[in-house]
Amino acid sequence: MPGITRSAAEITELLEGWLEADFSFRKVGPTAQKIAALSVAEQDFILDWTKRVASSNLEVAWQFARRAPALIGSMDRRLMEAWVLGACDVYDRQGLRHALTVMEEADHFAERQLEMTAGVLFEDVAGVLGNFVRGLSGRKLAVAQDKQAYTDTEKVYLPGVLARFPVAEDNFKLAKAMLALLWAQTRFGTFRADLVAACAGFPHPDRALGQLHALETLRLSARIAQELPGLYREMERLKQALGEALPAGWERFARRLAEPEADIEDSLILLGDAYQLPDFRPWCYQGELRPDAVAAAFAARREKEKARLRVKLAELLEEHTRHRPPQAAESEEAEAPPRFDAEITDGDGRLDLELTLDGLPIAPPEDVKQLMASVWLDFGDIPPEYLVPAGDGEYDASLLGEQRADPDSVWQGTYHEEGASFYSEWDMGRQHYRKNWCVMREKDVVPVYDGFHRETLDKHAALVKHLRRAFEAMRDENRLLKRQAWGDDVDIDALVEAIADARDGSEMSDRLFVRQHRAERSIAVAFMVDMSGSTKGWINEAEREALVLLCEALERLGDRYAIYGFSGITRKRCELFRIKTFGEPYNDEVKARISGIRAQEYTRMGFAIRHLSELLQGVEARTKVLITLSDGRPDDYFDIYRGQYGIEDTRMALIEARRAGVHPFCITIDRDARDYLPHMYGPARYIILDDVKDLPFKISDIYRRLTA
Amino acid sequence: MDAHALAPEEHFIQKEPYYEAVGNEIAIFEAAYRHKLPILLKGPTGCGKTRFMEYMAWHLKRPLITVSCHDDLTASDLVGRYLVKGGETVWVDGPMTRAVRVGGICYLDEIVEARKDTMVVIHPLADDRRTLPMEKLGQLLEAPEDFCLAISYNPGYQSVLKDLKQSTRQRFVALEFDYPAAELERKIVAAESGVDMALADKLVKFARMTRNLKGSGLEEGASTRLLVHAGKLIAGGIDPVTACRGAVAQAVTDDADMLAAIQELSSSIF
Repeated sequence: MPGITRSAAEITELLEGWLEADFSFRKVGPTAQKIAALSVAEQDFILDWTKRVASSNLEVAWQFARRAPALIGSMDRRLMEAWVLGACDVYDRQGLRHALTVMEEADHFAERQLEMTAGVLFEDVAGVLGNFVRGLSGRKLAVAQDKQAYTDTEKVYLPGVLARFPVAEDNFKLAKAMLALLWAQTRFGTFRADLVAACAGFPHPDRALGQLHALETLRLSARIAQELPGLYREMERLKQALGEALPAGWERFARRLAEPEADIEDSLILLGDAYQLPDFRPWCYQGELRPDAVAAAFAARREKEKARLRVKLAELLEEHTRHRPPQAAESEEAEAPPRFDAEITDGDGRLDLELTLDGLPIAPPEDVKQLMASVWLDFGDIPPEYLVPAGDGEYDASLLGEQRADPDSVWQGTYHEEGASFYSEWDMGRQHYRKNWCVMREKDVVPVYDGFHRETLDKHAALVKHLRRAFEAMRDENRLLKRQAWGDDVDIDALVEAIADARDGSEMSDRLFVRQHRAERSIAVAFMVDMSGSTKGWINEAEREALVLLCEALERLGDRYAIYGFSGITRKRCELFRIKTFGEPYNDEVKARISGIRAQEYTRMGFAIRHLSELLQGVEARTKVLITLSDGRPDDYFDIYRGQYGIEDTRMALIEARRAGVHPFCITIDRDARDYLPHMYGPARYIILDDVKDLPFKISDIYRRLTA
Repeated sequence: MDAHALAPEEHFIQKEPYYEAVGNEIAIFEAAYRHKLPILLKGPTGCGKTRFMEYMAWHLKRPLITVSCHDDLTASDLVGRYLVKGGETVWVDGPMTRAVRVGGICYLDEIVEARKDTMVVIHPLADDRRTLPMEKLGQLLEAPEDFCLAISYNPGYQSVLKDLKQSTRQRFVALEFDYPAAELERKIVAAESGVDMALADKLVKFARMTRNLKGSGLEEGASTRLLVHAGKLIAGGIDPVTACRGAVAQAVTDDADMLAAIQELSSSIF
């Protein structure tokens, strides 16, 4: 109860209930007493979060409750929330053991007496810094969160909280400086040498790597000073504020590495001398050097990029030879094969890429530029074998793009999450999202060519006729607007009246023109069809018939529409089945796919709503509608999704959709739906059909009313 | 000083506009003009398409009649319409008809923005017929030797709705424009805005960073025009970071995160 201080006994009772103390031997008494000594607001905060975390894991909740009373006085609420949510995320992804280490970090907060009121959270700055680093030249890096700051040359990782400075602004600048230095590592070739091998010759390779990291920090700081002087000034200021300076003996290294041509080789040459000096105490923005992470990313990237670049060059070649007269091309081919050359100039802070084909410059498209830049960053030039256009079928499609991988193959080998999209899910107990919780894949429905489409049309011939007429009438035809102040032509009737008025001595109207009014319906609609196991039989039949009739009607109207089926089993296997995408015409294959819709597994709904509303946002239309055809409440296999959790997640997904400008609507045949649908969709945003057989008759009518 | 009113067909450009050729676009335009071929200028906003047209109009000594197309622009807006004056209907020529009559250069800016039916009017004018049908007058206007039709469009707006139809685009000689190479852009920014080369260099560097963001949250990077604006502010005594915020960041986006990111980029450079 807000506003009333609780006694220790009351708190003990609450904690015992939430943490199931009877079964776990957790001694909540002392903690309860500490909480009881706090103010009402602080009590509320701790108890609320304990309860929320307990819905995910009791031990994490207990560890939180135990530590919170000591921290709450010195730690900002926002940071405390970030800390406990961070632990929940780690629990979701990596399990209890890792989550508990996050909890234990809090002990260090207290130990180090850190000023925890002005820290910046990764979540708050990730958006801005992500755009910032993409604006810098080189490979397009992504920003992600980890315990330490480092880069694997594809992503830059930053810690969840940065709190070295008492002012938030400075902590943000620190994050920016860290990011810039890590970017500089990828941009200025830190990883072009084999760092592990270079350090292996020293008695303590780890120590060598540390000193090498320091040398590189000196070199890259100098590059940043040149390239981003404004940022460099900030970096210097941060260092000064913390009293960090160049240690004695390092000046000559700094001078040498500040030369514009200095590269990683120079740092390696100096490493021998630097090794003799005492350990370099890392500067605040230095982060970590992780050759292992880099090597893994490089290994994954190398073949893929080579394949992609060569295939792209083959495409470019075809494009350029197509325009030439055929004889010329032939004779040239006899002389020498076409030859690509690339020249990359990296000077004055710019990365200029030039591509020539047989000596003639050609403008590479943006994706080729990106690939070339990425290859150049890895090697310092573009190896000649990368510039040989690929022959027909030389490469396996799987190397060329993640999307092309067969979604089913994922299940044949060991489990991995490659090529899937991730969606967060709302956890009602935690009152927060579970990050990237659902693993979603788009799959194709296997088309079945069995004449189902024709049969349906025959069966409902009269209805089809009626529908076509009704929908035709909805098309907003061009109208001639009369008596306009401005228009293409003179409105003679209005003019005659106006002249008569003028003769009569009254005021003449200025609305004397006719204008063509062209109204275009601008509606995009996505249909989300329940393909769960429970639809098997009659319902599936009715759904398919309804879709056929609906498509017939929509084709008349010209609205853009897509149809997706959804099903899944557990959060790891959420599937959306493509039946018709927005770009696809309503052709025989789509008809066969409608016919091929089969009942699958369970009804997890949140991910489907999130994915489809994302698709809808990519479509240009004034009105966007998401219509769900369903036979029951959200549900999943042996999972908390069954029950209130699923309803709350679905509701949250719908709220997100509405926030993004999508209008959701639900058509269901579940007679119990009145219990939960109003809560999920809101009043008047759903319709319950009493009989599934009505679906084909009603659906077009519903659609018409919805979009009129 | 009073604003100077001028009929569009009298709009001869007297002073040589500042224009730096990027490639051989001037020669191509001249050749097309001599052979009475219409011209299509492609390229992102603010990269110098309109300036190029002004330069060519000055160079060829023809009046330049520019129509900025919008989504309500109809065929009558171009060709002309009847108006009511003192109780009588009077025909008034549209800008394109005027251009044809005097043999000027008619430049339809951002043509894809216009309504689809508008395109059809320019078709007979854009092929070897070189005639402008004026339906409402029942006349066919033949274009004189000097007349030239040019249109521009920005392929960057990747929208299905706003694409140029093949039947339209295949009538034109296309000239592709892009932001000038760094050296040249620096020269342009310095010359147009009056800042020194070192500062122009930083501005160009900054623009390139924003262009890197195209496609990841930004529709279009900073154009040369915006750099000139920023340069002018800086030359007028405004602090560079503030100038970039007003003239560039705010101009390219409204998104708060993106604004902040662009701001961080500019504060890193200056």
